[in-house]
Amino acid sequence: MARKITFQQAINEALDQEMARDEDVVIMGEDVVGGAGTEGEMDAWGGVLGVTKGLWGKYGDRIMDTPISESGFVGAAVGAATAGLRPVCELMFIDFMGVCFDQIYNQAAKFRYMFGGKAETPVVIRTMVGAGFRAAAQHSQCLYPMFTAVPGLKVVIPSNPYDAKGLLIQAIRDNDPVIFCEHKVLYTVEGEVPEDSYTIPFGEADIAREGEDITVVALGRMVHQALEAANTLSSGGISCEVVDLRTTSPLDEETILESVENTGRLVVVDEANPRCSIATDISALVAKKAFEHLNAPIEMVTAPHTPVPFSGALEDMYIPSPDSIVSAVKSVMDFSQ
Amino acid sequence: MSKEIIAITMPKWGLSMTEGKVMEWLVEEGAVLQVGDAMVDIETEKIANTFEALDAGTLSKIVATPDEILPIGALLGVLTTSEISDEEIAAFVEEFQANYVPPEPESEDGNDAYAFIEVDNYKIRYSKMGDGEKNIILIHGFGGDSDRWLFTQQPLSELATVYALDLPGHGQSTKIISDPSVRGLAKVVLSFMDELGIDQAHLIGHSLGGAIALQTAELDKPRVTRLSLIAPVGLGSEINVAYINEFITADSRKQMKKALQELVADPNLVNRSLVNDMLKFKRTDGVEDALKAIASQFITEEGTQADNFLQVLSDLPKSMVIWGSEDKIIPSDHCNGLGEGASVHILEGYGHLVQLEAANEVNTLLLDVI
Repeated sequence: MARKITFQQAINEALDQEMARDEDVVIMGEDVVGGAGTEGEMDAWGGVLGVTKGLWGKYGDRIMDTPISESGFVGAAVGAATAGLRPVCELMFIDFMGVCFDQIYNQAAKFRYMFGGKAETPVVIRTMVGAGFRAAAQHSQCLYPMFTAVPGLKVVIPSNPYDAKGLLIQAIRDNDPVIFCEHKVLYTVEGEVPEDSYTIPFGEADIAREGEDITVVALGRMVHQALEAANTLSSGGISCEVVDLRTTSPLDEETILESVENTGRLVVVDEANPRCSIATDISALVAKKAFEHLNAPIEMVTAPHTPVPFSGALEDMYIPSPDSIVSAVKSVMDFSQ
Repeated sequence: MSKEIIAITMPKWGLSMTEGKVMEWLVEEGAVLQVGDAMVDIETEKIANTFEALDAGTLSKIVATPDEILPIGALLGVLTTSEISDEEIAAFVEEFQANYVPPEPESEDGNDAYAFIEVDNYKIRYSKMGDGEKNIILIHGFGGDSDRWLFTQQPLSELATVYALDLPGHGQSTKIISDPSVRGLAKVVLSFMDELGIDQAHLIGHSLGGAIALQTAELDKPRVTRLSLIAPVGLGSEINVAYINEFITADSRKQMKKALQELVADPNLVNRSLVNDMLKFKRTDGVEDALKAIASQFITEEGTQADNFLQVLSDLPKSMVIWGSEDKIIPSDHCNGLGEGASVHILEGYGHLVQLEAANEVNTLLLDVI
């Protein structure tokens, strides 16, 4: 394996390969074609950041621009999924979930259950998450904990191009609604990605780095921050094991617990706000199921309980940094009873 | 730089290796080394191996300490061939470290050393090393790929032009197989030779690759100058079918690790990275079907080997068979009845992946017959 492509190209390739493989796969969302109806402008954009660029030319009407009405087109995608299509619907920013949440948590997530297993809703909702893009409070949040809290939804947060492609193909082939969260800052990250189609099963965390002294659980962009911190810490003699969750629902409890059993220490890093977050969820899990293995209190590194600041200087301080992870790890390592 | 001071540097094993982790020095500072003496255990992303002395001399200084992860070419230690003062050695180390630049990552579109070629409607990935007059083709086994030769290809390329290919259904070659029989795969090897203009070659096959090499020789004897078979399929009836099934169905790290540990005598050799690589391969579209199709051809419904190539082997002069005594996939006693036609080497204490587990011993044997 040697070809390197970006996170963004990996997502585009997954969509492309699945559309070629299965004609029931369709894409809908705001500007996913871009410039529709204007002379010479078709396929100009491919989403606000160009993720779906090039697909309209190949698949024509199977990729459609929608009006700026999330409640309408997300509902349409959910309905189309129940009727046999496999829509990949783009909710431009996860921050916009508010206007279409009923369609997701009260409809899509409930059909299989309420129809006694006879209904399937194979819809994927791709959506951008995360701060660092100077896009202010309404376009920068990490709201995946809200989706993770809803039974019936699967929630995917890839951290690298290889995982993005394999997890998105898995999401499209999955028969349940999947919320697929793409961190904007990761779009330009490059990594080795095979040209063949492949899948990564949900509920299997990745050990991004093996270590012995402390477990650092992270997800999405935070995996990169954790790896950078682990690098810094290793020169000081602290060996961090970095666990990349990949999916928050289903959650790979086994890998987290096994790692903590080996290291006896835990730091959870999550870009979401601190209350009712993935960080609190993992901390509660470990406190409950691996308490006897813990040698020190659990530490959490998260964004503060504030909106994402518009000021660039403040936004930089808002995002958990490698330095803040290093401090948290050191404080856990220094703990003595 | 004086020739009396020689830098021992991180080796590059296999095309994808960029760095290695120093595990343990097997000799102490001051030890007098001969060429081929075991020096230091190094773990790569794939598997661990022992790095042997390339020159004779005194190990005057150990620079790299256990657990250090260093890029290829980085200084591990200093070998001297005559009396050199500590100051001179220190100056040598300082100069080396000051001038050392870690190699740049491969070019933009990835590793230039790999190439693809159209063979019988398959896209076949291969790599070529060396430019010797003699040709060698390395054929991996069931579920493997050309990385199975990561410790083999480069050393042999000092004496020959060495090709390693990914068989159909494997590695990065086409996953959909039209003819999954050993005969079908042997035809691919012949067509591969046609496409690359290789008239004759020494075939080295591991496991199922051994049967494919034998079958290739049967199909077109004049084109095979020599066979070297490592724990090959095709010389007896027993085979560990439970392993084959476990490997085909493994879909978690635990299952895959358990399956892969069957392949080696020392289970610690199966590291997380090897497990992940095999899982990545298994999760590629078409792979499971390809593996099932191939397995159904070389294994009978009764769970025995379908093909027997003993006759082919006895008709060929100059063959060599290498086996690990602890092979849990195909028993090493299959080489008991081979007669005079083949030289047989059973390496004590190693498993099925003997060319990875005992790379240096296997390379020495192979280099002897090139």
